Parts: sequence; structure tokens; C-alpha cells
Amino acid sequence: MTGDVAVLGAGMHPWGKWGRSFVEYGTAAARAALADAGVDWRDVGSVVGADTVRGGYPGYVAGATFAKALGWQGARVTSVYAACASGAQAIGTARAQILSGLADVVLVVGADAAPKGFFRPAGGDRQDDPDWLRFRVLGATNPTYFGLYARRRMATHGDTLADFARVKVKNAASGALNPNARYRKAVSAEEVAASAVVADPLRLLDICATSDGGAALVLSSMEFARRHGAADPVRIRAVSTVTPTYPNTVLDLPDIATDSAAGVRPEGPAFRSSIALAAYEEAGIGPDELSLAEVYDLSTALELQWYEDLGLCAEGEAAKLLRDGATAPGGRIPVNASGGLASFGEAVPAQAIAQVCELTWQLRGTAGARQVAGARVGITANQGLFGHGSSVVAVR
Amino acid sequence: MARTRTPVVADWFTGEGADFRLLGTRCSACSSVFFPREDGWCRNPGCAGGDLAEVPLSPRGRVWSYTDARYRPPEPYVSDRELPWQPYTLIAVELAAERLVVLGQGAPGVRVDDLAVGMEVEVLPGVLGEDGDEETGTAWTTWHWRPTGVAA
Ligand SMILES: [Zn+2]
Repeated sequence: MTGDVAVLGAGMHPWGKWGRSFVEYGTAAARAALADAGVDWRDVGSVVGADTVRGGYPGYVAGATFAKALGWQGARVTSVYAACASGAQAIGTARAQILSGLADVVLVVGADAAPKGFFRPAGGDRQDDPDWLRFRVLGATNPTYFGLYARRRMATHGDTLADFARVKVKNAASGALNPNARYRKAVSAEEVAASAVVADPLRLLDICATSDGGAALVLSSMEFARRHGAADPVRIRAVSTVTPTYPNTVLDLPDIATDSAAGVRPEGPAFRSSIALAAYEEAGIGPDELSLAEVYDLSTALELQWYEDLGLCAEGEAAKLLRDGATAPGGRIPVNASGGLASFGEAVPAQAIAQVCELTWQLRGTAGARQVAGARVGITANQGLFGHGSSVVAVR
Repeated sequence: MARTRTPVVADWFTGEGADFRLLGTRCSACSSVFFPREDGWCRNPGCAGGDLAEVPLSPRGRVWSYTDARYRPPEPYVSDRELPWQPYTLIAVELAAERLVVLGQGAPGVRVDDLAVGMEVEVLPGVLGEDGDEETGTAWTTWHWRPTGVAA
């Protein structure tokens, strides 16, 4: 085992469309996390920020921006960018600093003020940018890929539109209980079916929106946590941020084609499964030991995909797991008790951190109306552009 | 005069009519095929690195999955914003010989109801969109997928 780091504090700025600067959301989340941890900002040895995303690429620098906003105090500073996995890479960086002894207490912050509508690429003529090319050559938006994955599941596993709607209904019901969620009302299957098709077979209510929001964590060494009076903190036991392995044979954002398996036979699990496997291996636990999972439901169909990629069920059986209620509150393995991206919308650099905030509150037993009873082990899963993905395991 | 026909990306496809082909590259050492083409080096981490030669890709494959664009994509996608939006299909096609999946637009008139996973499709030349006026403008050419057995 690599070693645990303690989660001393978690904080969020509610998701929404507030029309303000990402600095405000991130600073609010950071102050909330510091207050939750009972740590003075001036005692933080390192700050790691997840950069904002603009046109698929890093936008505003995060680490130094938040360090300045909170008041320069001489901390080690780092900014990371990994598209949708930026927040997890920030957590991974903080953890590495703590485990190596470079820092005792690290503040992790991610926040964004999302532009309206489809995510779009950077401007100009960028023939060398795969993200620009997919828009230019194909008009392939993010929902295009979600639609392809959804249709593929319908054809190979027999998933139905009703299954996809059921994911939304489940997550909306949980989101209604979450004060940090942007959408806080129940949604019916009829409402999903009545929403406009965006990328066949997916409808508007199958696809997550883009949001403003901010999330932060205060992480520390176990030794510091003990000195600080936190005898039994939530611990992060694994942070997986692995790349795909060649050949990556599942069409991935923002690519126009997969790798070819003509020269090298694919071995081992596909990319999303490998993200989870690395986390399980690092944590020394398996899917049977999970109390809950927070997965990246960019679309309803993708949530089902994650059930299989996390090993919550066998391949092709995700819809059955859902229909049986296993992933609903009170089920064997509740998924997205927070409400998921369905209820939050995506605030890219904050989202993977928000997933860990939810695990923290669930494992502490302080998640209120959406509490998963007796939660001891949680996992997050996430995937983004350019071969990025992440999975974090937290335990209590 | 008509609009100048220009490939939306240089060297990704070639030929006219039945001879139209997507162009990739193949590594002489490990046989890996790359589309979009890699001209610099082979990306197989277990390959010492061979020469990358241009190869036409198989003109036919099977539908891996498909979807459509019900809303106008943002720029740099070229579309006439004066006209109402016309949805088009996007088809991911598995090429057996190359063992890869290539995404492309469905040919005009191909609807999602015409498609099924596993169906055979073929590549054909198409026009992505037009810029400027009839005299001096550009017609951006591209590749389209269309179910085989559909009359041209
Ligand atoms: Zn090679």
C-alpha cells in the first residue's frame, strides 16, 4: 500500500449559472474547506489548482490565482490541466507532495465559469489540433460521442431509452436533496422523453449541462491529522490517473478515429476499466467492498457504462443493475448519491474534486438527506478529453 | 465559374467517384495503420519505428455506431447561418483490415432510421460546406459514409 492521506476539509461553492468569475467560486470553496478543516490558510504549505478549460485547453491559471486571492503567504504552488480529470490530477499532485514529505497540508482547488452551450474549440485555423479538427471536419460536438456510445450500448447490450431515462430520474431525485446541486428538482421519465433529441438517441435531459461551480479539499499527512486532532479522518487511499494503452480501440474524445489494432493486438482491459483497475490495485480493495460510487455521467448512458467499467456488474448488465435498484439510494451500491453531473452540470476543473467532496461527506456520515447508510468505502470515476481519466478511492 | 473545390484537410483522402479513398499511413515495421495519418513516427510503444508509407484505407466497413447532429455545431464548423439547420448523421465505421474505427458524416439524405450497428457502409466523396459566393468561394470537400446497396 502506498499510504493514506487525510481529508481534513471539503468545501464547495454551489453549482449554477451565477455569471461571476471562477476566482470567486474557487475562493469561496477554498474558504469553506479551510473552515471545515479548522486550518488557517497561512498554515497551508502547498496549493494545487486545477486550471479552467477554454476551447479544450487550459484557460486561466488556477494555483497562483487562488493563492493570490486568499492572500499570498508563500506556499508552494502548482497548477495542473487534464481536461475533465484536472481536479483529480490536482488531488494526485497534492497526495504525492504529502506522501513524499514535501508538504504537510495542501489545499486543492478547482473552479470554473462555464461558457454557454456546446463546448467549442479554440479559435483560429488549428489544423494541428485534434479538438479543432473534429469540429471543423465533422461538426462532432461532445454529445456526438455520447450519442455514439449510447447507440452502441443499445445495439450490443439491449439498453433502452427507458433505461437511460431511469438514470436521469434517479440522479435528479438525489440532486433534489443536495444544496450544492444546480438542478434541485425531481424529473420524470415522461419529462426526459419529452425533451428534444440532441444527438440521437440522446435527449437534452440525457446530457449534462455546463455549469459554474467551485470545489476544494484540504489534504494532509496522517501524522498532521493526528496532531491536528482528527483521529479518524476520511482517507484517500488511491488516485488513479493512468493513460490508455496502445492500441486504444474505443473511439475517444476528441478523436476522429481509434488506434489500429492491425499491428498490435489489444491486451488487458479497455481504457475506462483500466482507470478503475489501477485505483483498486493501489487501494488494495475490490468492487465488492464499495459502499458508494460517484461516476462521470456526462450522459445517462455513460453512467451505465461506468457500472461495468468499475466492475459493479458484468459487461452488458448495467441496465439490469439499474432496473433492480442496486444503484439507487438504499440499494447495494448507490451511484451518484450527490445527484451526479445530471444534477450539477459540469464545471470541468471542479468536478472531480466535487466527487471527492461527496465521498468525504458520505464517509463522515454527514450527507444529510442523501446519506448512504454505513458508508465506509467510496470510489469516483471520471474521463475527459485527450486520454485523461481518473479514479479516487476514499475510505473511513 | 464555380466554387473552388478544396479538401477540408489536405492529404486525408484522394480520388473521385468509385476510386475515392481515405488515406492513412502504415508502419513498415509493425503494420500499425494511422488515421488521421501519422507522418512523423509510429505510435506503437513496442515498435522500434519503421517507415510510414501512405496507404488507402478500405472503402467499406461496418457501422460501429451512429448518431446525428440535431443542432448546429459551433464554429469552426462551416454552415450557412441564414438557412434553417438541417440535421446530418455521424457514423463510426469499423474497418476490418485496418482494425480501426473511423468517424465520418453520413451522406446527404442518410437518416438515423436508415442505419443499424453492423450494417455495411462505403466511403464516398462529399461536400462539407461552402464559403463565399459562386464565383470566388470555396466548396470544402470531405468523406461521407453511406449504406451499401443504396443507389447513387
Ligand atoms: Zn510501428
